[in-house]
Amino acid sequence: MKSKLVLCAALAALLSASWARAEELKLGAVAVLEGAFAVLGQDSMRGVELALREFDYSTGGRKIVLITGSTDASPDSAVRVTRKIVEQDGAPIVIGPLSGSEGIAIRDYARTRPEATFLNGASAAQDTTLRAPAPNFFRFSTEGAQWMAGLGEYVYQEKGYRSVAVLAEDYSFPYTQVFGFLEPFCRLGGKAPRDARFYVPIGNKDYSSVIAALPDDVDAIFVALGGADAVNFLSQYEQAGGELPLIGGSITVDQTVLGSKGRARDFIIGTPSGGPVSNTWDDPRWQKFVAAYKAAFPDGFPSPSLFAHAYYVNTKAALLALNEIGGDLSDGGAKFRQTLAALEFETPTGLVRLDERRNGVADVFLTEVTEGPSGNLLNKTIKVIPEVSQTFGLPYEEFLKYGPVSRENPACE
Amino acid sequence: MSALARIPPGWWALAALLLIYPLPANDFFTVQIGAYSLILGVIALSLMMLAGLGGMVSLAQLSAAGLAAYTLPIFGANTQDVLGLGFSAWVTIPLALLAGACFSALVGLIAVRTAGIYMIMITLAVAVSVFFFTRQNYAVFNGFTGYAGIAAPSPFGFDLRRPLPFYYLCLTVAAGLLLASVYVSRSTFGLSLQAVRDNPRRVAALGYSVALTRVYAFFLAGLIAAAGGILLAWFNGRVSPATIGVDVAIDILVIAVIGGLRHPIGPFIGALAFVLLENFAIDLIDRERFNTLIGLAFLLIVLFSPDGLLGLWEKIRPNRRRPNQAPQSGGAKT
Repeated sequence: MKSKLVLCAALAALLSASWARAEELKLGAVAVLEGAFAVLGQDSMRGVELALREFDYSTGGRKIVLITGSTDASPDSAVRVTRKIVEQDGAPIVIGPLSGSEGIAIRDYARTRPEATFLNGASAAQDTTLRAPAPNFFRFSTEGAQWMAGLGEYVYQEKGYRSVAVLAEDYSFPYTQVFGFLEPFCRLGGKAPRDARFYVPIGNKDYSSVIAALPDDVDAIFVALGGADAVNFLSQYEQAGGELPLIGGSITVDQTVLGSKGRARDFIIGTPSGGPVSNTWDDPRWQKFVAAYKAAFPDGFPSPSLFAHAYYVNTKAALLALNEIGGDLSDGGAKFRQTLAALEFETPTGLVRLDERRNGVADVFLTEVTEGPSGNLLNKTIKVIPEVSQTFGLPYEEFLKYGPVSRENPACE
Repeated sequence: MSALARIPPGWWALAALLLIYPLPANDFFTVQIGAYSLILGVIALSLMMLAGLGGMVSLAQLSAAGLAAYTLPIFGANTQDVLGLGFSAWVTIPLALLAGACFSALVGLIAVRTAGIYMIMITLAVAVSVFFFTRQNYAVFNGFTGYAGIAAPSPFGFDLRRPLPFYYLCLTVAAGLLLASVYVSRSTFGLSLQAVRDNPRRVAALGYSVALTRVYAFFLAGLIAAAGGILLAWFNGRVSPATIGVDVAIDILVIAVIGGLRHPIGPFIGALAFVLLENFAIDLIDRERFNTLIGLAFLLIVLFSPDGLLGLWEKIRPNRRRPNQAPQSGGAKT
């Protein structure tokens, strides 16, 4: 009874403490810092901090105060955490979230808060910006289907694969990757039979049943798993004596997995993949980014992961736009969003701009896992595919005819 | 009037406080702290009823809440292009309550002849099965994605979705269920349930059906959980398997335990403590360690007060209890 009184007094104290000083600008950053994707979230936050350090934690004459939030990769928690940062901490700009289905939930939440601005973190589900986009949600990092650009053609023509099995986590981002990979692969004549597609829940630990059910008559396995899931599958597949060559989803052979210790690493050398970053790209912009990352985070990965990159790019976009408008958000951020929509800037991976649904158009890398000079695994650049758009260059209406990404799109039989 | 006069002044103060609480609070404190605590409190109240009065710890109460939550978008409207039969809230809400209550009663039927750790295991197994079933079933539960676009209704043009009305809705439901729980605990049924908890063989010898009493308790607890589930679906605007995951079911248990199982107000105190910690721990400590802080806080509460925060309060003020007021119950035996 009275304990409620005490608690309420504590509440009142919290309320008054949270009033911000005017000259400071609060910037929210939301990532997964617990569960199977925790390592990914950790590197994401490195990306945010790297961009902030570059601007010395101030832009447009205002000091930036970073407020972080942690989700558990579920849409519910993403909305709860973002709501706290926007409504309680009073941050007008939020960078995040990390995971695909979280992004869709945040897009829906963004609609209810038109005065706040949301920049994507690393979430890369197609629908976040393709269908019913929110006017205040921006994604300068590209999405999962774009990241697969050129991979389907490459494994069909260069590797000679004709039929693949699919193993992916069961949510929107891997669906997007499967679609992006299979669509060109199947158009050329490749096959991915329905009974050779396996979708597992996030955080799955035991892959023995999947490994036992993998068919022998396919040429390769397309694996779209992330974080601890990828590490678990790769080591279990190696222990089970698996011999099929792999094709990697963007986060399956990312630094967040390649940087892990264990024997699985040996047999993934040579795995082709695609993504928004390539560790060995010799472009000076990328090399400068890697050097800055290594200097700032000696305990980080040998090379920044795509999560660090995506959060860095989106944070930098916010800081650049803020600089341009002198940090003035007094109009509810309308000018800020206008500036963002028209923003075009150099990232460590080349020029990025937005399409009319505020999704990034950027260069994408076709890569292959290779062993680096100090024995660490890296993604070697095979090819840079320039200016990949969300609709693969097709008109918007025509692209919609492919239908929403799902477990069975494309059918491919 | 005499019944009203017997209510201790502390309760009036608490009621007044909760009623004026949204005045100083912003939207975040009104909805995400206030309403969310009340919702979690309601779901934990369902567990408290079973554990506190009946000595039965069920980890499947969140599943009952979740199934009620799923009933809304399945029979009502959603934005996922799956099912969404389009019935009005006047149909879906009673249906959801019934679904939650019947599911809980079913769990009761399965678990009723077990006790202690075996009941926890059986209900945990049920919770895990429901979780994986909703995750892998696409025809009815729409798999991992679940349903989005669930909104509280606007009866007679009164929009319950806005922060203030939603808070008062949650407060009304929570207060109603709290009073109902107090009433049930003092009713003949409540007394027989407590008797079943303390000595089932003697109760059976007196001619009562132990199993029936327990299953009916599960049914009532399911009704409470379902009400919480409906509010939770409106609060999140969505429901997915993650809403009813095993980790969340454990959270509900934690809430009930740190609040205290001796009085129906306990779960609400526990929920408030839990929600405050969940939201603000990350501001107090390094972002990679905040779950440790939450765990430590719970550990300390349980270590120093096996009866939760409620017990802690009574420990500090040992003479609060008036002599004519008999203790509610002798504490949970689980």
